[in-house]
Amino acid sequence: MRRDIFQAIADPTRRAIIALIALQAMTPNAIADNFNFTRQAVSKHLRILKECDLIKQQTKGREIYYTLQIEKMKEIDEWLHQYRKIWESRFSQLDDLLLTIKNKEK
Amino acid sequence: MNHLLFNFTVDKSKKTVLIHKEFNAEQSLVWDAFTKQELLDQWWAPKPWVSKTKIMDFKVGGRRFYAMVSPEGAESWALQQYTSITPISEFKFFNTFADKDENQQLPGSDWTLDFREHDSITSVRISIYNESLERMEKMIEMGFKEGITATLNDLEEFLNQIKKG
Repeated sequence: MRRDIFQAIADPTRRAIIALIALQAMTPNAIADNFNFTRQAVSKHLRILKECDLIKQQTKGREIYYTLQIEKMKEIDEWLHQYRKIWESRFSQLDDLLLTIKNKEK
Repeated sequence: MNHLLFNFTVDKSKKTVLIHKEFNAEQSLVWDAFTKQELLDQWWAPKPWVSKTKIMDFKVGGRRFYAMVSPEGAESWALQQYTSITPISEFKFFNTFADKDENQQLPGSDWTLDFREHDSITSVRISIYNESLERMEKMIEMGFKEGITATLNDLEEFLNQIKKG
């Protein structure tokens, strides 16, 4: 099943996990310590994030660490940013147009 | 000097983009700006793009067939089929990308535009429902990929937002 990055960040727990590992690479246990969920529930979220390529797994010694894939996050940000920008510039043109029409009527 | 509201939210779970904007104009004028070809073409395309409407028949069952034209002259066509019109408060259309011969590319998106005036400020709420999120991404690719690039600052801001959220 193809995972969608937007689906990944739609969940508040997953957003919190992203925010945590944005600061530093963390082990699954260290991540789970921040939540009142079972390790199992946290693992499930981690798996989804991994499937979306939002986080990457690295092994150091006997421990597994998760790191954030900044590039992938940038993709989401860029997308939302661009779409918002389109509407912003569209509306600023409409604001101007409405003003022009109103001034003509006076 | 612009204190008019502009809200842009994406509800991924509902596959919907919600846009809320206030305009300093009466409702009938704002309605015209959204529903009359000669006005629509003046603002619909973000500069330097140009909106070129080929066909517009604003009635239920009617359509607007238009292109966004890039400064280089590249045309991206889209078709909006009106499904419901309640002057001057609401209209709906089904939007699809198309080729220059009006062949639609499915899936499309369902748009609802709602107009309300309060204290001579007209507020417009637009909801865009997409059958697929991939299509939502494609909406962006429709010619706007170049030019606007997000900086690392935006990423930081975004990360701060999700931290707070």
